[in-house]
Amino acid sequence: MENPNPKSLMAAFHFQRALSLVHRTASKSSRAVRGRRIQCAAYASMAYSAGPRRAWSRALLRRLRRAARRRQPRAGWRRRAAAGAGAASRVATGAAGLRRLVPGGGGMDYCSLLEETADYIKCLSVQVKLMQSIADSASLCGQL
Amino acid sequence: MSSRRSRSRQSSSSRITDEQIIDLMSKLQAVLPEARLARNDRVSAARVLQETCSHIRSLHREVDDLGERLSELLATTDISSAQAAVIRSLLM
Repeated sequence: MENPNPKSLMAAFHFQRALSLVHRTASKSSRAVRGRRIQCAAYASMAYSAGPRRAWSRALLRRLRRAARRRQPRAGWRRRAAAGAGAASRVATGAAGLRRLVPGGGGMDYCSLLEETADYIKCLSVQVKLMQSIADSASLCGQL
Repeated sequence: MSSRRSRSRQSSSSRITDEQIIDLMSKLQAVLPEARLARNDRVSAARVLQETCSHIRSLHREVDDLGERLSELLATTDISSAQAAVIRSLLM
């Protein structure tokens, strides 16, 4: 990662902490449960590091807390919250599609939607790079 | 279609100018990777929105796949040294 900025550091710390928690508490659960918890951890650390000033991070945290309260990390929680019928979400493009893909997109005006989308994509890319570098260095360590 | 509808709703209440939309569109184009949309090309708003949707969907898929990969690695290797290495590289 070329530019160490505070946001990626924050996301890294949050995500590392969540990963350690999953490792401690879910090592006996199935791989699928662990995978889902790691996914939730990824979105949660993204949202925490983005802070409350972004509508998408607030909406994402609300969604995650609701799911955690139900205590079932259901598979596809994100897909279910974002889309209606499976076919519709695949075809959905344009502003309607964006509203389904970006957390909290449904309640925004058009300009805010575009702004939030740009920020959401930036944070998503940072999160993906972070997970990629952890996975790469972990698989390297495993090969030694 | 719904974007046209929402735009007409907006222009009556908050008078979003075309310039604002063009500016936001170019900002969105700037976050999309070069492979999807050449940054300097003038493309239609619909195309930018379409590429944005598919880019977000592919990012979601990457998070899913990496989550699965990490859950396998969590079981087999000790991740803490990998995590330390990543944080070190971020701090440099």
